[in-house]
Amino acid sequence: MQLLTNRSKVVVNKEMTLMEKLYIPAIFGGMMITIKHLFRKKVTIQYPEQKREFSKVYRGKHILKRDEQGRENCTACGLCAVSCPAEAITMVAAERKKGEEHLYREEKYAANYEINMLRCIFCGLCEEACPKDAIYLTEELMPANYDRSNFIYGKDKLVQPLGTSAHPKTYKPYTK
Amino acid sequence: MSKNAIQYVYHPENFDKSDPLLTQLSDLKSQEMIINLGPQHPSTHGVLRLEVVTDGEMIVKVIPHMGYLHRCFEKHAENLPYNQIIPFVDRLDYAAAMNSEHIYAMGVERMLGIEKNIPPRIEYIRVLVAELNRLSSHFLGVGAYAMDIGAFTPFLWMMRDREHINRLLEWVSGARMLYNYIWIGGLYYDLPVGFEARCLEFVHYLKPRLVELQKLVMENQIFIHRTANIGVLPLDMAINYGVTGPMLRASGLRYDLRKVDAYSVYPEIDFDIPIGEGKMGQVGDCWDRTSVRVEECWQSLRIIEQCIEKLTSVHARTNAFDPQAMLPKKIRPQKMDFYCRGESPKGELGFFFRHNTNFDIPARCKVRSPCFSNLSVISEITQGAMLADLIAILGSVDFIMGEVDR
Repeated sequence: MQLLTNRSKVVVNKEMTLMEKLYIPAIFGGMMITIKHLFRKKVTIQYPEQKREFSKVYRGKHILKRDEQGRENCTACGLCAVSCPAEAITMVAAERKKGEEHLYREEKYAANYEINMLRCIFCGLCEEACPKDAIYLTEELMPANYDRSNFIYGKDKLVQPLGTSAHPKTYKPYTK
Repeated sequence: MSKNAIQYVYHPENFDKSDPLLTQLSDLKSQEMIINLGPQHPSTHGVLRLEVVTDGEMIVKVIPHMGYLHRCFEKHAENLPYNQIIPFVDRLDYAAAMNSEHIYAMGVERMLGIEKNIPPRIEYIRVLVAELNRLSSHFLGVGAYAMDIGAFTPFLWMMRDREHINRLLEWVSGARMLYNYIWIGGLYYDLPVGFEARCLEFVHYLKPRLVELQKLVMENQIFIHRTANIGVLPLDMAINYGVTGPMLRASGLRYDLRKVDAYSVYPEIDFDIPIGEGKMGQVGDCWDRTSVRVEECWQSLRIIEQCIEKLTSVHARTNAFDPQAMLPKKIRPQKMDFYCRGESPKGELGFFFRHNTNFDIPARCKVRSPCFSNLSVISEITQGAMLADLIAILGSVDFIMGEVDR
């Protein structure tokens, strides 16, 4: 069989000149490049201390938003769960009782809202589907954990804490 | 140990059942030897396992074993609506997600018959981001290839330049690699304000870097000695194996689906197709393949410049422009079989859809992946090569295992 690869090559061993034999100009030239790079702007950052700026539309950890009066926006309509390609979202709806008007904005609310962060692929379709501006993907990164069960985020981790202002990510260029 | 803890039981016979060797030990000649390369090997670019039969340093046979990164994309797509498949299309070729998305969205739009209604600004943005991602993919390919054959600096330099593209695309879409940006009938967002200027700045930044790359890698004597005349792929064999993309062009055929099919706005854009000319060795060797990728970076820069020029003049940003205005309310194609293809950085990426229900879920979504076809030719072109050249040949194919296994 004829071989497709032809590696036979003529090797030329050229006599080096005196300057080349000394190697000093070559070492000096190489060192100059190294020194030049010392004074360039660094392309890396010291991560835990320094954090880089994220894009305004960055898709990180989810948040369930409250409105200006601290009431939860989510009405447990289930559109996010339907639109989720990874089937990561589950929820249980409940009816608002008398005296809970300061907690929930509308008559229906999510008694239980869970996102399985191991399934979530951070595509942002839940944010797109939400008609009540309730779920947003924030600029926070998902922290690691030692236990798989800790990745199922309930309302305790997802709902925006009371007293905090609306999350900085309110950039939604196109409202339908 | 608690009662429910899983105890590992060692069953040696299961190893043979899971992914057996295809060569029988009894068939080997006395001097031949089986070497198992991978699946956990840094230079196989992921989880590829190669069964190599060697005769001393010479390779007799290479058998690729695939499927270690199989994620059931095609089966998964049969259970999802068309618009929800897009995030998973990203994950096929994770180094060039925008190109995959572009081709996928184009296919579904043609099935729906709305591809003529897409505003030109949307198409130009799609081409712009796809070409940015093509640059990013070629950088990864060339950088990782240089690292495979022993040069560490180009890899870091390519990663440095690639970071700019990742940041640009993050600014546009909100994610660094898996964008979910190009939707059926539109886009997730419009370009952010100031993107065009920043992108042009990046193009000017990149041009000297590409010259640097040319000097550092392509004209490097060690690189030339490692790649020239190695893994020569003749044109007839390339065509017979269905090889596409830079690999086919390196073998000397001027075949690029952006020109052949003239999809999207590519016919309005002026660019060339670089082919392998055998400058350092024979036509179709590893050096040619890498050279075609580097030349394509220059062409991508040209396309990006022209796109920005159009996006700031003829199809400039207006307040009335809504990238989601054309999104179809219901995705209900006719009952049909449809194949749509396009040029991804690795070659011809095609999606075959079979739609036979009244729902928005495809009955079949087959991916024609360029990496898979390109990879299948290595058992031919490695025959008679040295064992050390196997890594050089493997790297020059520039495959992504996520697309090979799907």
